[in-house]
Amino acid sequence: MIELDNVAYSYGGAELFSQVKLKLAAGTFHFLTGPSGAGKTTLLKLCYGELQATGGQVRLFGEDAAMMDRDAVAMSRRRIGVVHQDCQFLDHLPLTENIALPLTVSGREAEAASNLPDLLGWVGLSNQAAQFPPQLSGGERQRAALARAVIMSPDVIIADEPTGNVDWEMSQRLLTLLIELNKMGKTVLIATHDMNLIRAAKSQVTTRVLRLKDRRLMQAGVEL
Amino acid sequence: MKFDFRRLIDLIAGDPQADRAVPPTGFTARLTLFTAGAMAFLAVFAMALSLATGRLADRWSAELARTSTLRISAPADQADAQVRAALAVLNTTPGVAAARALTPDEQRALLEPWFGPDLPVEDLPIPQLIEIIEDGSGYDPAGLRARLQAEVPAAVLDDHTRWREPLIAAAMRLRSLGWVAILLIGASTGAMITLAAQAALAANAQVIRVMRLVGARDIYIARAFVRRFTLRALVGAAIGTVAGMFAVWLLPSADVAGGFLTGLGFQGAHWLWPFVIPPLAAAVAFFATRAAALRTLREQS
Repeated sequence: MIELDNVAYSYGGAELFSQVKLKLAAGTFHFLTGPSGAGKTTLLKLCYGELQATGGQVRLFGEDAAMMDRDAVAMSRRRIGVVHQDCQFLDHLPLTENIALPLTVSGREAEAASNLPDLLGWVGLSNQAAQFPPQLSGGERQRAALARAVIMSPDVIIADEPTGNVDWEMSQRLLTLLIELNKMGKTVLIATHDMNLIRAAKSQVTTRVLRLKDRRLMQAGVEL
Repeated sequence: MKFDFRRLIDLIAGDPQADRAVPPTGFTARLTLFTAGAMAFLAVFAMALSLATGRLADRWSAELARTSTLRISAPADQADAQVRAALAVLNTTPGVAAARALTPDEQRALLEPWFGPDLPVEDLPIPQLIEIIEDGSGYDPAGLRARLQAEVPAAVLDDHTRWREPLIAAAMRLRSLGWVAILLIGASTGAMITLAAQAALAANAQVIRVMRLVGARDIYIARAFVRRFTLRALVGAAIGTVAGMFAVWLLPSADVAGGFLTGLGFQGAHWLWPFVIPPLAAAVAFFATRAAALRTLREQS
């Protein structure tokens, strides 16, 4: 699905990380941890083609990301559902249109009518369908972002601190949704600081925990 | 380049979903509408000037080329005889359709702007003028001058070349200036719409980020902006054009304004020409916005 081979990333002359090797195989579940500023969000952005590596090679679905034009990157993003830390919605559109946006930009808006009710029910937002993003709570926005990320039935789901702004109960609910997706065969990569969330996940699904520290990516140790 | 009619229809029909993704932007919308309207208004005047000066040049060229003047400055006792001789020469000259001596009243009318009314033309040693009207083929001025020199030595032929050519050249230059003005107006419209489009793109950076995040291609994002600006330019230019045509229609007529403004405005089928301005403004907006959008999206990636 997504492979990082000896990847390095520098910004303004400073190296954020290097020699990063990562392979996200189909149906796997990964956590990415590490201290703030270690480059977790940057690493995720490399995984969905928003940034270009300054060293090594990133392969998105077998294609070298450095050789892909912007259209090709856009097409690959349709196979990757992204849940952002700050959600990123279009505030002037109601929730249904925000969630259906990936279908809309792909010219598949006709599918929205059949998919949306089930999807809204799955994330528990059926009653908020007509509301606008600023009217939603933090947890509702995170669940809406997850619904938007999966509406295209992507192969990979990448979530950046999806539980950062929600309480424990809501974190559990979001985790359950992500585990359900993984059980459906989706590859999941979650960046998080929340060790309790990782422990909760490990009790339900086989996960691989990666730690980004001191400019290197490594398998997390026993402290978990 | 083959014109793709289907693409034009697609553009006009648009993609309502793509349009909805970009929030309405009041400031840039008003700026584009106003710019397109004002520029179209000015373009109508530039076009009217161009067409009017073109007509003027053609008319001067045609009218003056078909007439000449023969001036006979002879002593009073020989004047009638020389006029008769000159008319005889003219009436037998190939290419001359008609020739006639101006009456004292006509000569008085010609001098009236300088000397006032009631000038005693008969008592003054004023040359006698003969108006010559050419037929379609025209006469040979050099040959006529040679014959007149032999038979009417006091006659001086003025075929208007001396002052006709600078007048026509001036009219042609005015016409060119009109078209240059239209080109400048088009370029200014493009520049203003580019700025407005860039402002709209900058104001919608978050929208662009979100659309990219969910897999929108650059052309899809650009299309939402392009269609919006194209339609605004079309509507603004249509309003400006109609207002400009109305203003041109209100210009004083030749009878009221006198000779100088004769024919300034549109005549006959020329009234159809301003209707090309709105589609042209829309085309300018289309290409300006498309270029600006794709460039900005490239820079933002």
